Amino acid sequence: MKKISFLFLQLFAFLAVTAGDALAFEPKPAGLNLQEAASPKMERLIEFHDMLLIITTAIVIFVFALLAWVIIRYNKAANPNPASFTHNVPIEIIWTVVPVVILVIIAIPSFNLLYYIDRTAEPDMTLRVTGNQWYWTYDYPDHGIEAYEARMITEDELDTYIPDKLGRRLLETYNPVVLPINQNIQILTTASDVIHSWTIPAFGTKKDSVPGRWNETWTRISEPGVYYGQCSEICGTDHAFMPISVYAVPEEEFVAWTECVKGEEADADYPGRACVQKFDFDKYRQTRKKDNKLAFLTGDEE
Amino acid sequence: MNAAHATTADHHDHDHKPGFFVRWFCSTNHKDIGTLYIIFSILAGIIGGWFSMMMRHELGDPGIQLAADGQQWNVWITAHGLIMVFFVVMPGLIGGFGNWFLPLMIGAPDMAFPRLNNISFWLLVPAFLLLLASYFMPGAPGSTGAGTSWVIYPPLSSDKGHPGMAVDMAIFSLHLAGASSILGSANFITTIFNMRAPGMTLHKMPLFVWSMLVTSFLLVLAVPVLGGAITMLLTDRNFGTAFFDPAKGGDPILFQHLFWFFGHPEVYIMILPAFGIVSHIVSTFSKKPVFGYLGMAYAMVAIGFVGFIVWAHHMYTTGIDVDTQAYFTAATLIIAVPTGVKIFSWIATMWGGSIEFKTPMLWAIGFIFLFTVGGVTGVVLANAGMDTSLHDTYYVVAHFHYVLSLGAVFALFAGFYYWIGKMSGRMYPEWAGCLHFWVTFIGVNLVFFPQHFLGLQGMPRRYVDYPAPIPPEHLQGPLVNPVEKIQWIMSQDYGMHLWNYVSTMGAYLSGFSVIIFICIVFYTLFFGRRAEANYWNAQPQTMTLEWTLSSPPPFHQFDIQPKVK
Repeated sequence: MKKISFLFLQLFAFLAVTAGDALAFEPKPAGLNLQEAASPKMERLIEFHDMLLIITTAIVIFVFALLAWVIIRYNKAANPNPASFTHNVPIEIIWTVVPVVILVIIAIPSFNLLYYIDRTAEPDMTLRVTGNQWYWTYDYPDHGIEAYEARMITEDELDTYIPDKLGRRLLETYNPVVLPINQNIQILTTASDVIHSWTIPAFGTKKDSVPGRWNETWTRISEPGVYYGQCSEICGTDHAFMPISVYAVPEEEFVAWTECVKGEEADADYPGRACVQKFDFDKYRQTRKKDNKLAFLTGDEE
Repeated sequence: MNAAHATTADHHDHDHKPGFFVRWFCSTNHKDIGTLYIIFSILAGIIGGWFSMMMRHELGDPGIQLAADGQQWNVWITAHGLIMVFFVVMPGLIGGFGNWFLPLMIGAPDMAFPRLNNISFWLLVPAFLLLLASYFMPGAPGSTGAGTSWVIYPPLSSDKGHPGMAVDMAIFSLHLAGASSILGSANFITTIFNMRAPGMTLHKMPLFVWSMLVTSFLLVLAVPVLGGAITMLLTDRNFGTAFFDPAKGGDPILFQHLFWFFGHPEVYIMILPAFGIVSHIVSTFSKKPVFGYLGMAYAMVAIGFVGFIVWAHHMYTTGIDVDTQAYFTAATLIIAVPTGVKIFSWIATMWGGSIEFKTPMLWAIGFIFLFTVGGVTGVVLANAGMDTSLHDTYYVVAHFHYVLSLGAVFALFAGFYYWIGKMSGRMYPEWAGCLHFWVTFIGVNLVFFPQHFLGLQGMPRRYVDYPAPIPPEHLQGPLVNPVEKIQWIMSQDYGMHLWNYVSTMGAYLSGFSVIIFICIVFYTLFFGRRAEANYWNAQPQTMTLEWTLSSPPPFHQFDIQPKVK
């Protein structure tokens, strides 16, 4: 019992320390907040969410304090004779007007953010995404890459395709998406059967893929790495098993990859993956450094 | 329930209750129908709760443990959602407490249309049976049941996604449940407008009656839109129309607009009666009249009105125009104002009071606090930009369970403990009610608070499995050393395991609280001590008319019409 309470004490201490830190571009065991930003869209989203978090926490603490006060001060023992007032016009005006002011404070940056993340005026390239039951197909109209399928790598094959046991269960695809960094990428999405939703949390991007229409969104990736997303609209039995995996690489490597998939590896089982391996894009995977803050929890202290 | 008997000495028993079958199966008495609704709601709640226990057990560890496949999981979440909305919260709050206490509070002898009242309830039973039966009917190719989620979006719910008849049966189920709601609402509205005791003007009506009035109008206006949408879906599926099929010129997004034009008012339909109940409880146990009565009443009217013009905030990511998103963001944020008025008015009602912390009051205070938490996450989600990150993640699940599972359901329990003495004539054991409250309070917060973290980290809703390494054999399942398990989880590089594990442990605790509740119900009905007429000792300034009657009230009350000053 003592050990349990000690563990939880440490856990909360750890969460308190790391809550403000950006964690990573993927879900982490003790993750409390949004994933780290890998695009200017997500940076602004995080900034806005930080503001909202402060406001909402303050409101909750305020209401909690008021409740605590009435419970302590106005219980039967402390206050045997109840008052009988039923109105107080000034305070009613205050608690109507103050929330309106707070909402205006929220709404202004909210609209700025909304219009900023909606679409890009000057796309450098286009990625077309089609949702299917239960995989994604991608094509690059600007680079002449025809539609290819991206299906989830099953658990037993993770280590076959991803080096150093760094494969993420349920998040990797045989053919990944490869995109250049520091370019405005227009993303057009649709679906061939039911509604799906193309999402990458670290990019701050989510757009439903709806059969019969093209929806537009965009991103601009800040640094090389591997980024993950998952289908975000219920689409049937394998809804949880049609992930999105994106390798973001410098532009010249991206161009080399586009040539490779069309050229020498076009006949491979998974041309996209074969070219990723050829240029060793897996070097961009973030490997987690052993974090001292974590040591006491994992028992690696000594 | 047969033990129900008037107990006050001065009551002359000229009740002439009909025999068992006629009384309970052909009932036209608002109190008996209310009792039937409450029993129905509890039974459906146990079934809907069972689905949620299976879901949380499944998500306790990564990998697939309990479900046969993703489709069976989808059927569970669909059943859980539809049961909880249409067969637990609505029958409990509206059919149950509405039927029981609306006529009593306005001094009426019964509802305006007693036989309409009977069919409102009895339509619900086949509706529920149809939904349960759909679980065993062919649905998606190669599996049974409707796995569409409660929003039944086509094309997943069309003949392409679900060719089997499970979805047709779910649609018929909603048709019947919808007809039941519309008839019930027409009855409530007529009763309120025509059968109030002399002197009870609209502005003197108890707040629970106000909440039922607003709720009934929302139902009458919103449910027909759902009826239209699902009927169009039905003809798309069976008769070759193409309202929602893009290949034939239809539009799947049209369905979403129609659904949410119903669906958003629907969430207020579930919470407004809760507001009414909480107002009465807070006032009774603080021994003070409700603060800002008119503001409270018109805040509900305002919430009801604005509830009709915010529907597309459920659709921010569907590709609707950015200006449209901006409008819906602004309109949605406005809801926080009347909601804030209600929260602060409840606290002001307690302020200066002499508060007794009986079980109903615990639930009411729990409601106010947790509804505030669910409210502020609603403000976060209202922003279309922010929703890009949070839409269809567990953050949304946490949000709406804070306002419904910890809001509306808390009000259900609050109302149950507040009125069970009046309804059954017997009191529950106070200590057991407190125990039930605290176990539930801790349990549900453990379930839903960590889901905020999961949602922020990006865990999508309606997932049977989530990214995380599979734990070694000896650390799988709930019955392992939690210290060792958490240490193992924390030593992994990635994954969403920790908060799912915590949430699942909370679900077991919540499940245990349901067992406590069932024990309390049976103990109270068979062994509870007799209740007096005004057992909460409601003061004249907080008095509503139900406390002037015996517990339980006579079979036909108000032979002499009460007058309100």
